[in-house]
Amino acid sequence: MAEYTLRLRRYDPNRHEPPYWQRFAVQLDPHRSVLEAILTARGEQDGSIGIRCSCRAAICGSCGVRVNGRAALACNTHLDRAAATGLHPDGRTITVEPMGNMPVIKDLIVDMDAVHWKKIRRVTPWLLNKQPVPEREYLVEHAAMVDVTQTMACIQCGACVSDCLSLEVDPEFVGPAASAKAYRFVGDPRDAEQDERLRDLAEDEHGIYDCTHCFACIDACPKGVAPMSQIMRLRRMAGVEHQIVDRNNGERHEEAFTTLVHDYGLLHEAELLPRSYGGNSWFGKFHPAAALELVESLPAIAKAVAHGKVKPRQALLGHRLPRRDLAAVQTIFDVVEGRAREEMTR
Amino acid sequence: MPRTDVLIIGAGLAGQRAALAAASAGASVAILSKVHPVRSHSVAAAGGINAALNPGDTWESHAYDTVKGSDYLGDQDAIEIMCRAAPDEILWLEHAGVTFHRGDGGVLGTRAFGGASAARTFYVADITGQAILHVLYEQLMRHHAQVDRYEEWFTTQLLRDDDGRCSGAIARDIRSGHLDAFDAKAVILASGGAGQVFKPTTNALICTGDGIAQAYRIGAPLMDMEMVQYHPTTLAENGFLITEGARGEGAQLFNARGERFMERYAPNKLELASRDVVSRAEQTEIDEGRGFPDGTIALDITKVPRKRTLEALREIVNIGRDFAGVDITREPIHIKPGMHYMMGGVQTDVHGRTGVPGLYAAGEVACVSVHGGNRLGANSLLDTLIFGRRAGEHAAEHALGRAHPHAPAALLRDAQAEIDAVIAREPAPGARRLSQIKDELGTTMNRYVAVYRDAAGLASALGVVRRLQEEAPRAAIDDKGAIFNQDVLAAFELSYMLDVAEAIVIAAQQRRESRGAQFRTDFPSRDDTRWLHHITVSRNGQAEPAIGTAPVTITHWEPQERTY
Repeated sequence: MAEYTLRLRRYDPNRHEPPYWQRFAVQLDPHRSVLEAILTARGEQDGSIGIRCSCRAAICGSCGVRVNGRAALACNTHLDRAAATGLHPDGRTITVEPMGNMPVIKDLIVDMDAVHWKKIRRVTPWLLNKQPVPEREYLVEHAAMVDVTQTMACIQCGACVSDCLSLEVDPEFVGPAASAKAYRFVGDPRDAEQDERLRDLAEDEHGIYDCTHCFACIDACPKGVAPMSQIMRLRRMAGVEHQIVDRNNGERHEEAFTTLVHDYGLLHEAELLPRSYGGNSWFGKFHPAAALELVESLPAIAKAVAHGKVKPRQALLGHRLPRRDLAAVQTIFDVVEGRAREEMTR
Repeated sequence: MPRTDVLIIGAGLAGQRAALAAASAGASVAILSKVHPVRSHSVAAAGGINAALNPGDTWESHAYDTVKGSDYLGDQDAIEIMCRAAPDEILWLEHAGVTFHRGDGGVLGTRAFGGASAARTFYVADITGQAILHVLYEQLMRHHAQVDRYEEWFTTQLLRDDDGRCSGAIARDIRSGHLDAFDAKAVILASGGAGQVFKPTTNALICTGDGIAQAYRIGAPLMDMEMVQYHPTTLAENGFLITEGARGEGAQLFNARGERFMERYAPNKLELASRDVVSRAEQTEIDEGRGFPDGTIALDITKVPRKRTLEALREIVNIGRDFAGVDITREPIHIKPGMHYMMGGVQTDVHGRTGVPGLYAAGEVACVSVHGGNRLGANSLLDTLIFGRRAGEHAAEHALGRAHPHAPAALLRDAQAEIDAVIAREPAPGARRLSQIKDELGTTMNRYVAVYRDAAGLASALGVVRRLQEEAPRAAIDDKGAIFNQDVLAAFELSYMLDVAEAIVIAAQQRRESRGAQFRTDFPSRDDTRWLHHITVSRNGQAEPAIGTAPVTITHWEPQERTY
């Protein structure tokens, strides 16, 4: 047994008062979970502590919370590990708060329906059967079923939604969980509307190109669903296999971005915008669309220069990396793209 | 005041399947659940679902295995219905989108499971329940125009009209605290089992026997309540389940001396004998000092090729790592028998009809009885789907042409007053907390009403249950608010659990023989002349439960000695 201090963020909607912090001391073995600690505090000290929970074994997806600032399931977060990652100097204080990006209903309970489930419903989350429906089962490759089963492993806990940085900026973003759900159908050979689904998600300005590739959802997911990887696969399928060039320029922007980093080792800011809109080569800047976009973006560019985010000289001439460093960057590309090819052909 | 043809309480597999069936039969449907549907405990079913769909397999073989597994207490007409319907149900699920494992040529593949004479368990890795539950919820979202979902609504009681028919329910919107009466021409209970009556248990915290107790309170008889399944492979500390799929894939059991002891108990089927047989074998090894010092047995999954384990058993790889600190691909994991499943429940016929007109039940809350004394692994998902669908269809048909009932407003006022009175409970001198009472109930049941039972232990258990029934209504409620008051719900759940515990113990006392999951050390053999019948328990408004019997339906398979 060890003593831990739970620092819970409390909010009681029945009283019109702002949220507050409350500490509970609990005695439990270090390998017990944060959920058990919360339930111990509720059972022994204060029955009004609100948290959704059911299975205790990381399968029902009820107990998504933020532990020490990061989304996790309370039930599969061990007390000793949580105490170690907590920033408190005593080494035994664990901070638990409700998940982010969703309105709080009470204590650790958030409104999943208003955000998470609404986004899930956005992606037509059911199989649209390829016709004719066979008399027996659809004949599909074992590998294809294993592949979509990775996203079926999603328990809809909302951890990825909580920690998604793009959602923080654009609440309309379809988000990591719903994108993974979409891949579950796009990747399913029994679905009839792969093209329509991809087109829908690519053309939506809050769709798959809204993801900024920050990996936060991969870190947050307790089930290995890797939502961002599913978004990247959706993008590749949309761009490469279905040749969807979306009106938001998401696909071309991504192309330009990766080409520039590959060629220069760092982002070449002045080239990015013309290439995204005018075509992915040095000549892109002569395309009328690029000029138009450039003019429209001038205020943003001026602001970036004023704040020192962009240095005019480097932006215009590009960054110069030592040849060895540039080679190292290009090696990373080779390795990652090799792995991606492997994944695609798996 | 919502009003529908069919009201379904509980949104696990049985409830969702019933909702889809009733809706496609043309009924207006409301489905109500105290948790979001995908949090339902069906999500935890790991191993798979049985059906005789492979070439060469037959429903008769599946049915015989089920009858034998039930220790001849299962009703053979119901078992026949279930096993005949199983293949079509698998195909229905496949067409709805379940990502079942495939074999050569892209056809559905199967794995072996306990007590089965053929590999007939269809599966999705070891998340079969989750995969099916989520696909059914996809279908509920698709059919949102026909099915109204009331997510996070807690049912406090079932309603009966003046003719004694079930006419709806009263439920509380957990999010707002608003109480409402649901009028319905038919009600289907699909609210799951009661694992939390025991501690530890594999069951989720929500499995508190609500529906069993609610039906019991309005006079529906309960059946086979003594039949409580202890699963052979659960983690000692917290009761978490290690799926039977592990043994299906080739994992073996060893005692502390390194003996593969199942050779002595079930020389043919070994680790894949029926669950009651394996659990008793383990308990005997432990009781006779051949277990490990922590009272466990070793389950060796390293016998399964590592690659296969990582693909087909990945959930228990996680459970081993996260909850026991064991890499199951490299070392054995310590397990013991743990409470897992209620074979018993609200007595129904093959259409799901209970003893109360207008009230149906399906899934673990119900007892048809297809599982009798012992359920086979991978038959529970099948039970929920087949009898969920049948209840949905029958209830829809029953509702057509009937007039809508209307609950008198006084009923709702009384229910509101009852909840308000519970919420108002303040700490009283000497009164214990809800959690303490629940804890004592669970550990008591697990001590006396487990794998081995006897008259003295059962009497002790009943004494404790009676004492706790007195005590529970005095436990204080800390949360005085309306919004998400989980404290007051816990008080309701505790009272449900105590009712269920009472019925379990009374039935176990009554059955003075050993059959299936009920092993009486004071009556150690099966006695077909005296006990080849179901035991029912009912409490029709009376203080003392009435014990009755119901015949076992035997069609093709006469009782025989049961060996594996």
